[in-house]
Amino acid sequence: MQSIPIEHGLILAGILFSLGLIGVLTRRNVVFVLMSLEIMLNASGLAFIVAASRWGHAEGQIMFLMILTLAAAEVAVGLGLIIQMYRRFNTVDINVLSKMKG
Amino acid sequence: MLDLIWLLPTFPLLGFLSLVLTGGSLPKKIVAVIGAGSIGLSFLVAAIIAAQFLANGEAHFIKEVWVWMSVGSFSPGFTFYLDGLSLVMMLVITGIGFLIHLYSAGFMLDDPSYSRFFSYMNLFVASMLMLVLADNLVLLYLGWEGVGLCSYLLIGFWYENPANGYAARKAFVTTRVGDTSMAIGLFLLFAQLGTLNIQDMLHAAEAQWAIGSGLAVAASLLLLGGAVGKSAQLPLQTWLPDAMAGPTPISALIHAATMVTAGVYLIARTHVLFELAPNVQLLVAWIGLVTLLMAGFTAMTQHDIKRILAYSTVSQIGYMFLGLGVGAYSASIFHLMTHAFFKALLFLAAGTVILSLHHEHDIFRMGGKRKQLPVAFASFLIGSLALAAFPGTSGFFSKDEILLAALEMEGPGLILWIGGVIGAFFTGIYSFRLVFVVFFGESKAHHEDKEVAGFSMAGPLILLMILSVFGGLITIPVQEVFNHGDVHEEHHVSAFMHGIMIAVPLLGIGVSYLFYMSRALSIENLMASSMAKSLHKFWFSGWGMDRLYQILFVNPFLFLARVNRADLVDRFYELLVQLTRIAHKMVAQTQTGQLRWYALSIAAGLIVIVSLGVLL
Repeated sequence: MQSIPIEHGLILAGILFSLGLIGVLTRRNVVFVLMSLEIMLNASGLAFIVAASRWGHAEGQIMFLMILTLAAAEVAVGLGLIIQMYRRFNTVDINVLSKMKG
Repeated sequence: MLDLIWLLPTFPLLGFLSLVLTGGSLPKKIVAVIGAGSIGLSFLVAAIIAAQFLANGEAHFIKEVWVWMSVGSFSPGFTFYLDGLSLVMMLVITGIGFLIHLYSAGFMLDDPSYSRFFSYMNLFVASMLMLVLADNLVLLYLGWEGVGLCSYLLIGFWYENPANGYAARKAFVTTRVGDTSMAIGLFLLFAQLGTLNIQDMLHAAEAQWAIGSGLAVAASLLLLGGAVGKSAQLPLQTWLPDAMAGPTPISALIHAATMVTAGVYLIARTHVLFELAPNVQLLVAWIGLVTLLMAGFTAMTQHDIKRILAYSTVSQIGYMFLGLGVGAYSASIFHLMTHAFFKALLFLAAGTVILSLHHEHDIFRMGGKRKQLPVAFASFLIGSLALAAFPGTSGFFSKDEILLAALEMEGPGLILWIGGVIGAFFTGIYSFRLVFVVFFGESKAHHEDKEVAGFSMAGPLILLMILSVFGGLITIPVQEVFNHGDVHEEHHVSAFMHGIMIAVPLLGIGVSYLFYMSRALSIENLMASSMAKSLHKFWFSGWGMDRLYQILFVNPFLFLARVNRADLVDRFYELLVQLTRIAHKMVAQTQTGQLRWYALSIAAGLIVIVSLGVLL
């Protein structure tokens, strides 16, 4: 079976990562920021999978499993924070939270 | 019993602590008991130790109490070293110290800071004992600085008067010059010889350094710097006359009997180093000679009873330096001891005079006091006879030894001897000028007062009188310490020379008699010419040394201070502060509180770093 060339996989991961980053930087709604972060995490996970299949090692997949767990935990905490934020400020606009400045 | 040597500095230290910690709340009687009693106990222990040490007949005894610090091969300890030299010093310090403490108990009775006075005195005795019993130079330096501190505290004891504080600072700063030199000397010795244990160091120096080698010269010169500072010799002698601002017992204990002779002790202790540098040793003799003559001239012109005695102290320590310089170490130490007897006596008697006459210091406003102040008169008479080396008194034997040793020295010995004899002539003049002016002549009747001398004041005076007369008969056990290179006891001097040495002080006393007693010669005639007047003024000011130092050191320093009033150096640091502030403001601008802005910064920074990593 012909495998997908590693470059393709990495380019896809790069595009996904950039999209996620752009999402984090541009979205004002904090829920979307969190989703964009998820995309970035999955992009890096994809890069691990691709690299692992290229060299035939299992470490990349183990790493992806760890990222998955991490992402789940992150979402749990992040959503909790968002709920708190909505309760206190009655908004999910991240630009409102700018009290901590020099 | 010898193991108890650590008790010697411990008693005064405990006395100091108990007086300081109670902060003057104790009644005066208890303060006097603690203050004088601690020194008395020390003296008792010292006497027992001395008896046992002499009975054992061993050359030295070492007692390590504990290791002070241990860094690699450098491990100075609180280790006490007892030999003939430290034995003599220890007995002088505790013995004379005890008498002076006893005297102070009466003398200072009206002072509100009674307890503070005794606490400083006790601390002084503890430090001084540490100095002379130290086995290594670090412990010696601890004592050395300790006595310097106590000297400062006690000169400025009556600190309400700014002049006293100034005198204290002057003494402290001037001796500090010498102390710095000595500290550098210690560093040099440790760096070169790898040990600061005095005996090991001296052996190592003897083994490693050739006679006259550069290192030996440097080390002995640096130690000499410390010694001249502490012992008020040229060129650092200016502090001692001003140190008379302190209470009179202080002048007796610190600035006559013990602390100012620490320099003599230091040179005697490290005499091996000085023998390795013969030129420096000769310099010691010349410093002593010049100092004793200059101080002699100055002492003849002073009016203040304590300043006369102060200059005479400088002059007598000059004799000790002269003796050290010509290699007569045991004679110097002998003179140190007898000088401690009669100079303590003179100062304590001067204290009685001053106290009885309501703090009058000017001798020309006293006069005819021999009936009014009998104890002080007897003390002054005996003290001055001993000071002027009247035959049979203690000062005669010790000064004789030094001068004979000088005479027997090769080379400049004769000049040194002549100088020393001239100095003895001056000693006769100034010491009896004091006696004749204060105790004879017509009474200046404005003082109607009785002599203030209770038992605690008269007792020490009487004991010191006995010591001043018969102290010359004591044999000090220092031969073993100086067994190599010391001048032999057998002197081969013609009777003529001996006659001169006996006659000259008497001649001085005679001259003094003609001027101040019988008035056969008149001061007014002598002072008529303008040259005599300006000479008198010059000598009165101590050879203008104070003014010289004012011009050489104080004024340039003040000038620099004035120039630097705006803190030129600080400008640089202020610039740094300003730059930091600006940078801080700029960086603070970037902290907007916008989370996305931070994320962008992180991403941008990452891109920059990664691309740098790829490109380079």
